[in-house]
Amino acid sequence: MARDWRDLFIVDGAPPSESESEAAPETQERRRGMFRRLRENLRKTRQALTSEIQATLFEDLSDETWERLEEALIYADVGAKTTAQVVGQLEREATEGGISGGEALTERLTELLAEIARAGEDRIDLTPQPTVILVAGVNGTGKTTTVGKLAWHLGQELGQTVVVGAADTFRAAGVEQLEVWAQRAGVGFVKGPPNADPGSVAFDAVAAARRDGADVVIIDTAGRLHTQDDLMAELAKVKRVIGKQIPEAPHETLLTVDATTGQNGLRQARLFSEAVPVSGLVLTKLDGTAKGGIALAIAQELGIPVKLIGIGEQLEDLRPFDASDFARALVTQ
Amino acid sequence: MFDSLAEKLQATLSDVRGRGTLTEADISAAMREIRLALLEADVNFKVVKSFTNAVKERALGADIIGKLNPGQQVVKIVSDELTELMGGAAHELSFSPRPPTIVVMAGLQGSGKTTATGKLARYLREQHGSSVAVAACDVYRPAAVDQLIKVGKQAGADVYEQGTDRDPVKIAAWARDRAQSEGKDVLIIDTSGRLHVDQELMAELANIKKAVKPHDVLLVVDAMTGQDAVNVAEQFAEVVQFDGVVMTKLDGDARGGAALSVKAITGKPILFASTGEKLDQFERFHPDRMAQRILGMGDVMTLIEKAETAYDEQQAAELERKLRRSEFGLDDFLEQMRQVRRLGPLQSLIGMIPGMGKELRGAKIDEREFDRIQAIILSMTPQERRHPELIKGSRRLRIAKGSGTNVQAVKALIKQFEQMRKVMRQVAQGRMPDLGALMRQAR
Repeated sequence: MARDWRDLFIVDGAPPSESESEAAPETQERRRGMFRRLRENLRKTRQALTSEIQATLFEDLSDETWERLEEALIYADVGAKTTAQVVGQLEREATEGGISGGEALTERLTELLAEIARAGEDRIDLTPQPTVILVAGVNGTGKTTTVGKLAWHLGQELGQTVVVGAADTFRAAGVEQLEVWAQRAGVGFVKGPPNADPGSVAFDAVAAARRDGADVVIIDTAGRLHTQDDLMAELAKVKRVIGKQIPEAPHETLLTVDATTGQNGLRQARLFSEAVPVSGLVLTKLDGTAKGGIALAIAQELGIPVKLIGIGEQLEDLRPFDASDFARALVTQ
Repeated sequence: MFDSLAEKLQATLSDVRGRGTLTEADISAAMREIRLALLEADVNFKVVKSFTNAVKERALGADIIGKLNPGQQVVKIVSDELTELMGGAAHELSFSPRPPTIVVMAGLQGSGKTTATGKLARYLREQHGSSVAVAACDVYRPAAVDQLIKVGKQAGADVYEQGTDRDPVKIAAWARDRAQSEGKDVLIIDTSGRLHVDQELMAELANIKKAVKPHDVLLVVDAMTGQDAVNVAEQFAEVVQFDGVVMTKLDGDARGGAALSVKAITGKPILFASTGEKLDQFERFHPDRMAQRILGMGDVMTLIEKAETAYDEQQAAELERKLRRSEFGLDDFLEQMRQVRRLGPLQSLIGMIPGMGKELRGAKIDEREFDRIQAIILSMTPQERRHPELIKGSRRLRIAKGSGTNVQAVKALIKQFEQMRKVMRQVAQGRMPDLGALMRQAR
């Protein structure tokens, strides 16, 4: 079953929500509904050619089997290195006789992939008051839209009061874009004068959140390429400025990664992590045909987990990341 | 960052030299390395397969006695095939005999359409003296119209918009009529980002095309797109039969294999490359440079490697000819400098020259210096950039004035460039450059 918002977020030190079987019937129904909607969203938009692995692939194990499996994972942008590792391990387990049969191998494959995806700390702690979330990423990956969606969900699902800070002071109409989202989400909005220093806007947003007793403040930043040293330095500065107000903040630094990104995603994650302590990824635009396999490579090589996925352009189209669902989607149509 | 395919291949084929010809086994081994390199560069899996098969055939027939070492030979074949595949001849936007020429920009969300619209507008104004209008047909994305208004104004184009409450198809038709009545040379229509699998929005795009009958439909593709690029391109090709591609965000270090994939699968040429967020960071696409980038070889790196091994006169002459044929001019110099900021090939060149001080090796070109140099080069005519020896007296003065610098700065740049060109020629001829002399001249 898809992961619940209360599983992703730690709220008020309460333990994670009760397991499936203990949940109230209506919560279960809601979860099923959410999952159904997720699958519908993903299925209705996915018609294009994608390589698929069916249980029949594993019926007779030959060199071709493993090659086809490799192909499918590479096609999903998992990358040659992680693919070789996963396929190698599965092949070993299969030949050493531990696992046999199409179904079992598919299940084991999904397990292996999910294990890799569950890197590091995969929850977001909302107990600090306020919790500061910094959102960064390369141009066009969906930062501003994600900030809007996250702000809304935090209110809807977890009853949090949210303030968003428009620290993208570079992009034409970047501030206006976030303002529209803030209005849609019904959350507090902080901006600076035109071409303001992003650090100062972040500072003001955090200050406003503290003053008004908001639970969460989310800082949107300008898109930047990881290869632009001066912009990476600027991002690091924004983090430091936030830290001046609240020593442990930002408590969460999310990097948006477009699901269509190829192997460059790994470099993005690496270099952004050198500038700011990236604690999680938001894998966006998963409603297309791309599988987002690069997130697996990032989890594998850098230990950074995906925490949220974007599945559309509407306010509701954001979900907690579920490693098993992700793994299953990587290997099935 | 730029891993050396040639080195890897050389290691794989290290015992071939003695035998003199490449066997099937050798070539299979080489193809594995090439396949990995291309996948690493995000070239589509299917394209990689058919490409390596084509290379395999050529490699089997190749005679490697007395030439470049086998690794380099294979790389050369791969590079040639790639360049050919990327589309040798330069491609142009098609212009209408009766204005306005109508261009439609399409693509996925976040690919850079709106910025590209502004850049193309500015490019056409500067290069062709066209009067340009841009139309805001993205009515979905918050503040998209505001963004185009700002960008359009910066580009010196008129912005046609009707807010966000009207059907984009109607806005497009209205814009076309208006561009016509206002006598514009070009109308560029910015559309909203859309998934290739969103039937409704793809139909809308087809309807926009039907309504305005554009002369060019450009697909905007992000250089960091992975395997999915092919799916996107195929769908857009099927629904709107786009005419060309704009690759964006090439200032990153994504190898850009998506470019090859799109070209290979759809046959459509890449027309423009967007290399930064500023409006002037936009240029005609160079297929050979893209091929080199995909392979992870800086132009200069290849030359260094080739020079490091002994090879005969024939190869030296051919390489020298290539250097000349590719007209290593100030445009290329500018390109190399752009790459230095990313610790690219020129940086490695500096680093590999023995005797260079530590300070120089770690030297990065700072922004202001780069801007000055760029301004100077851009104040030259294309002919002056190819033949800087022409630049004397009044030309020098004109360039100095045009770039807001002085005659000394122009002189210094040309000197620096000519020294670099000399080094490269010497290196290409297999001689170690006389750096002592160069350094003395530089002081």
